[in-house]
Amino acid sequence: MTAPYWEAVIGIECHVELKTVSKMFCGCPNEFGGEPNTKVCPVCLALPGALPVPNAMAIEYMLRAGLAFGATIPPHSKFDRKNYFYPDMPKNYQISQFDMPLTQGGVVRYWLEDGTRGECRLTRIHLEEDTGKSTHASADGRLAGATSSLIDFNRAGVPLMECVGEPDIRSADEAVAFLETLARTFRELGVSDVKMEEGSLRCDANVSIRKRGATELGTKAEIKNMNSFRSVRRAIASEIARQIEVVEGGGRVIQETRGWDEAAGVTHSQRSKEEAHDYRYFPDPDLVPIDVTADVVERVRATLTETPYERYARYVDTLGVDSKRATQLVDDAALAAWFDRAVAASDGKAQAVVAFVLGDLARLANESGTPLAAGKVTPEALAELVALTSSSAINSKAAKQIVETLWSEGGSAKAIVEREGLAQVSDRGAVEAIVDEVLAANPKVVADYKAGKTNVMGFLTGAVMKASRGKANPSLAQELLKEKLAAR
Amino acid sequence: MDPLKDSARAIARDVNARTTSAAEVAEALIPHVERVDAQLGAYLELTPGLMRERARAVDARVAAGEQLPLAGVPVAIKDNMCLMGTRTTAGSKILETFVAPYTATAVQRLLDAGALPIGKTNLDEFAMGSSGENSALGLTRNPYDLDRVPGGSSAGSASAVGGFEATLSLGSDTGGSIREPAAFCNVVGFKPTYGRVSRYGLIAFASSLDQIGPFARSVEDAALVYDVIAGKDPLDATSVDREVEPAAGALREDLRGVRVGVVKEFGLGDLDAASRAVYEAAYADLVRLGAELVDVTLPTAEYGLATYYLIAPAECSSNLARFDGVRYGLRVDGADVGEMYERTRAAGFGPEVKRRILIGTYALSSGYYDAYYLKAQKARTRIAEDFARAFERCDVIVSPAASSPAFRFNAKSDPVTMYLMDYYTIPGSLAGLPSLSVPCGAALPEDGTRPMPMGLQMTTPLFTERALLGYAHAYERATMHAEKLTPIVILSPPPVIPSPTTVILSLSKDDQR
Amino acid sequence: MPTDRIDIRHVARLARLALTDDEIATFGPQLGSLMTHVDALAKLDTENVAATAQVVPSRNVQREDAIRPETILARDVVLQNAPQVQGPYFRVPRIIAEEG
Ligand SMILES: [Zn+2]
Repeated sequence: MTAPYWEAVIGIECHVELKTVSKMFCGCPNEFGGEPNTKVCPVCLALPGALPVPNAMAIEYMLRAGLAFGATIPPHSKFDRKNYFYPDMPKNYQISQFDMPLTQGGVVRYWLEDGTRGECRLTRIHLEEDTGKSTHASADGRLAGATSSLIDFNRAGVPLMECVGEPDIRSADEAVAFLETLARTFRELGVSDVKMEEGSLRCDANVSIRKRGATELGTKAEIKNMNSFRSVRRAIASEIARQIEVVEGGGRVIQETRGWDEAAGVTHSQRSKEEAHDYRYFPDPDLVPIDVTADVVERVRATLTETPYERYARYVDTLGVDSKRATQLVDDAALAAWFDRAVAASDGKAQAVVAFVLGDLARLANESGTPLAAGKVTPEALAELVALTSSSAINSKAAKQIVETLWSEGGSAKAIVEREGLAQVSDRGAVEAIVDEVLAANPKVVADYKAGKTNVMGFLTGAVMKASRGKANPSLAQELLKEKLAAR
Repeated sequence: MDPLKDSARAIARDVNARTTSAAEVAEALIPHVERVDAQLGAYLELTPGLMRERARAVDARVAAGEQLPLAGVPVAIKDNMCLMGTRTTAGSKILETFVAPYTATAVQRLLDAGALPIGKTNLDEFAMGSSGENSALGLTRNPYDLDRVPGGSSAGSASAVGGFEATLSLGSDTGGSIREPAAFCNVVGFKPTYGRVSRYGLIAFASSLDQIGPFARSVEDAALVYDVIAGKDPLDATSVDREVEPAAGALREDLRGVRVGVVKEFGLGDLDAASRAVYEAAYADLVRLGAELVDVTLPTAEYGLATYYLIAPAECSSNLARFDGVRYGLRVDGADVGEMYERTRAAGFGPEVKRRILIGTYALSSGYYDAYYLKAQKARTRIAEDFARAFERCDVIVSPAASSPAFRFNAKSDPVTMYLMDYYTIPGSLAGLPSLSVPCGAALPEDGTRPMPMGLQMTTPLFTERALLGYAHAYERATMHAEKLTPIVILSPPPVIPSPTTVILSLSKDDQR
Repeated sequence: MPTDRIDIRHVARLARLALTDDEIATFGPQLGSLMTHVDALAKLDTENVAATAQVVPSRNVQREDAIRPETILARDVVLQNAPQVQGPYFRVPRIIAEEG
């Protein structure tokens, strides 16, 4: 990791496929996979004369995504052409957005596993279209060494949002936390499935190092080809280490593109370009400008609910849930919603609720394959159970039994307590009688205790519980045992 | 009835009335076109099979009680518009083998209205040119003098209608590509307001300027086509969602009270004496019809060419990037994909297309964008504003449609000299205005033996097509210039009318597929 | 301005056009002379003038997010014009990594 002397400066750019029904500029289905070249039309195949017409839902999704991060929605936006040749890009230009993106600014607040939090400003999120897919006819399916490439245009024209982050990130872990928050948020907003393995989230990272405390940026390398959160973490960490080694060895980092080699665990310099790219951006004359009125912005804003980060912060800061458990809840939106209802029904006893939700209930859900939210236990029943436990009306053993029963039958916790006679006996007189019985029946043990063998207390408590058929309040039993033994 | 010479309106009337059939029209046209086109070269490909098929469909629809605005009317389609199942080449080697798997919206609307497609017409490659000579696939001649150019870029569409090889045709106009060849070929050529007619299926040259429009032998027929093809298309985001007032049948007969703007910057001083006399007479005729001539000024018109020759090439450099040898068209192999691109495009594009791609790429390239492309877009605003100011003082602006009548082949080898042919048409294109050329007489060129037709350009404010067609109609009915000239191909001996058996024997290869 | 101001080889590379020496010799002066003509634009005052990308002012022309099955091409049609195919794919010569 970073030596104390060095600080890494990381900026992330990621492409996220939008979950629309149809493609960005034509009526072809936006679906992953399928037989090659079966989801194309004159528009996305760029046949001569075909013209693009933008998908209104993709634009709406962009507004949702931007507003969720507090971005500004400029009143005027447009599409531009980014000109470069590549065989899987049918028009040899990509319809994108250059100087007037749909959203500008915003902040992604994220948290790490250990509970530390950070934030990264967004430069912009803009809308563009995806390319087709090339398969390279080489031994390992990679570009190098291939004699030819095969192209499938099914993915060409799928709507893609490009999120550009400011260089606010300082470590590989932060980079992953940032991406995870983006992914959680887009999923929650319903704008993308964010499946890295299907390529619906792809990211590049600009990495540089500088002396801690310096304000100038070092020379950056752009890392590509990171296909999972794990590879993002490994690639960035490895690149930081490489740059430190270069600089400490008296060398100089050069500006270049480096590909992540998952198998070797290192980044490789990719053949530097013959000349700098000149994309010749200009406004796409096949499309008209986009105006977004304040009314539209407000309408979309009104549809937004709590973001995953806000939920996490509420769980930790307001409900006192620990970071790990809060993350578990946030990662399962249905579970979190169920949890929230149970907390509300239980008068805010979040700690007790989360213990059941991520403890016994999670185990049962896992064993049965039925998610909690789809099962028979209602949040209200759990709230009852929590109330019974915290008022010492039942003990923990009974609570376990009730959870099992609720899971298999549903219904109310109180009813089960009554039906099964599981109420805890906390009546002093009743427990005292049992304690007296137990002490009388075990003179030898009592003598051992008096002789200093205090560890027999466990045996005696167990005997009281057994005699009460598990219903005695265990702490009351212990208290009375101690009292009585001391009095002898 | 003579389907070779009748107006579209007359043919549709007769076919709708079932006094003749679309099939009869087709059978009369097919052998005639095959004969005449051997001289004119207007068509790159004839589609007799499709024409007969459509004729049968039209006759069936009419028999079932439908009335179709273009029932049985033979039309020619510029070969930069897709027609499913036909080769669509844009006059380029790079698309020589391309068979369109879909049909352009404007073409589909013609077919739905009962028109019969005769074939695909020649053009300057990718519609880039003013003479027709830039086609990589054939030479089209002027029907009024076979040694002269038909004009461009819609060379074949103008020549076919002028030479009576088609009753109507579709062309496309980016900087004058309908109006200039219309003037050269003695026909009406009409470019509607930008966005009035869908560009879906029109192979793009300069997307912000391209517009489809008709060629016809009368304003009335041009209006008939306009009524059919104009209107919003959900497949073209730049097509305008605005009601189209039907123009045909509602055209005025005089010009009383019409203020006709004569543009100071479009003075006739640069024309030769014979041409000047034609336009002076035309302006006098307008006055005779009741119009009032007013002087207007378009101070930025002189920047039209410079503006156009930045915007159009810039857009074309990007539009033509898709011709890369990957998905369709020509491929010349290379060691890697980059070499394949460069060789394919080198072999597939002709010199004019290459020049424009280079200029456009340069104008958009890093460091030059502001000075060239952005500057041109601002100049475009100024030009449009000038027109708007001029139209405060007049209802229609008139000028020559071209700087001269049709010239001889190879007369203009320098590109900039050729570009000057569009001096009068380009400013209106940049402003997106509806504009047309209507025959206005003929002048004997200094190097010629026959008087060559000339066109009067009329331009009106955005979306005033009906008024524009009305002014042109009034002028046309009063002067009847088109009918004073006869194309050479009609002067040649009349064909022996073949029996149906002979017709079948003369089927083209296309028909046997 | 000099007529050879355009680096034609560079522009041709961007445009993916292989030019012969003859073409470079011809196009150079032609493009130079056109650009000289175009230079006249510099005299036109465009201070505070908005750029016109589209002459007819429309906004927000969009389509509903729906599949249009009738526009989807059958695969044999997709591949019918292809210079080279392999199975269901378009085939191209090897790609030298140089993407944006
Ligand atoms: Zn499509």
